[in-house]
Amino acid sequence: MVLSWKTGGVLLGAVFFAAVLLVKPIGVSTQFVIFDGIVWDLIDQDVVVKSETAKSGYASPNAYLDKSGGSYAKNVAHPLNYSFVFVLAMMAGAAISAVMRGGVAPDERQMPEVWRANFGDESWKRYMAAFLAGFVVLYGSRLAGGCTSGHMMSGMMQTAVSGFIFAAGAFAAGIPVAMLLFKKEG
Amino acid sequence: MTALILAIVIGAAFGAVLDRVGATNPGYIIRMLNLSNLHLMKTILLAIGTGAVLMFGGLLTGVVDVGHLSVKSAYVGVFVGGMLLGVGFAVAGFCPGTGLTAAATGRKDAVFFVVGGLLGAGAYMGTYASVKSTGILDDILGGKTTIGVIAGTKYPALLESVPGEVAGIVLGIVFIAIAAVLPMRLRGR
Repeated sequence: MVLSWKTGGVLLGAVFFAAVLLVKPIGVSTQFVIFDGIVWDLIDQDVVVKSETAKSGYASPNAYLDKSGGSYAKNVAHPLNYSFVFVLAMMAGAAISAVMRGGVAPDERQMPEVWRANFGDESWKRYMAAFLAGFVVLYGSRLAGGCTSGHMMSGMMQTAVSGFIFAAGAFAAGIPVAMLLFKKEG
Repeated sequence: MTALILAIVIGAAFGAVLDRVGATNPGYIIRMLNLSNLHLMKTILLAIGTGAVLMFGGLLTGVVDVGHLSVKSAYVGVFVGGMLLGVGFAVAGFCPGTGLTAAATGRKDAVFFVVGGLLGAGAYMGTYASVKSTGILDDILGGKTTIGVIAGTKYPALLESVPGEVAGIVLGIVFIAIAAVLPMRLRGR
């Protein structure tokens, strides 16, 4: 059973507040880049290098990892930092919560009911769609400079104009696509 | 060390709450976007409103250090990227945070989403220089702009005569009110 919107909303709001009170606003999607950087750096040692001229002390031949004084490059070199550990802990918290509520049913683990009602129960279709969607979502998040957490929740909470622009784009595309694809409720 | 302990505590709390509100279930996200079940929409609006009221109240009373705020830049790519996220959000029912947490709860489709996401983030790393050259990453509306003027920050304000803290609390109350009046569904039965 999920929490009511009232209880859940207040709890979620309390977590956003705790984050900004104690450290900084919540964000997730940057850590996909940091993870990619860590893997890339394992394959090619020259992806992140120490640099005395860079503001962060690290530089990269990749323009994205090198931007903002090499701050992403530094986080790739030192993954035990707040933002990366935050995301790992987030996953652990969700896993523990799921176990405590009895876990996710085997059928549901492959796809949600609403997908099954509209596209049938062949799991490869769902997996392929999820894979492609993941690609588009993370490309878009990085282009936007944040995702649902960083832009929509943390951004609008701080009255950031960028957060409202992001939310407008996300819902302007997301609502029509969902209405077209998912006509049956499941 | 303190930072890592805070990361573990706040991160775990965030993940657990995401799971308990139903955000790790892509069915809830898809049904929010096809407007047949607005449970998550009401939850998120209430959460943003609650967070805003507490945070700006905390700034006014001096409980919250204004240096903890972090406002992101506005540029055309924010809207384009938001639309791309919206499409994938609708198809999969996952965003970056809920994809990772859903995978952690044992959902296999979420694992495919995360792998696709890692490749998508990698593709952005690879194309960043050419995206930047198009100019869609250049600041608009002043860049890191907020609605009102937040004391102790250099963020430009959309409304220069309005205190940002007041704007934040008013906006928070508006979000909470919308959460309350929004029906559970706008479509279907």
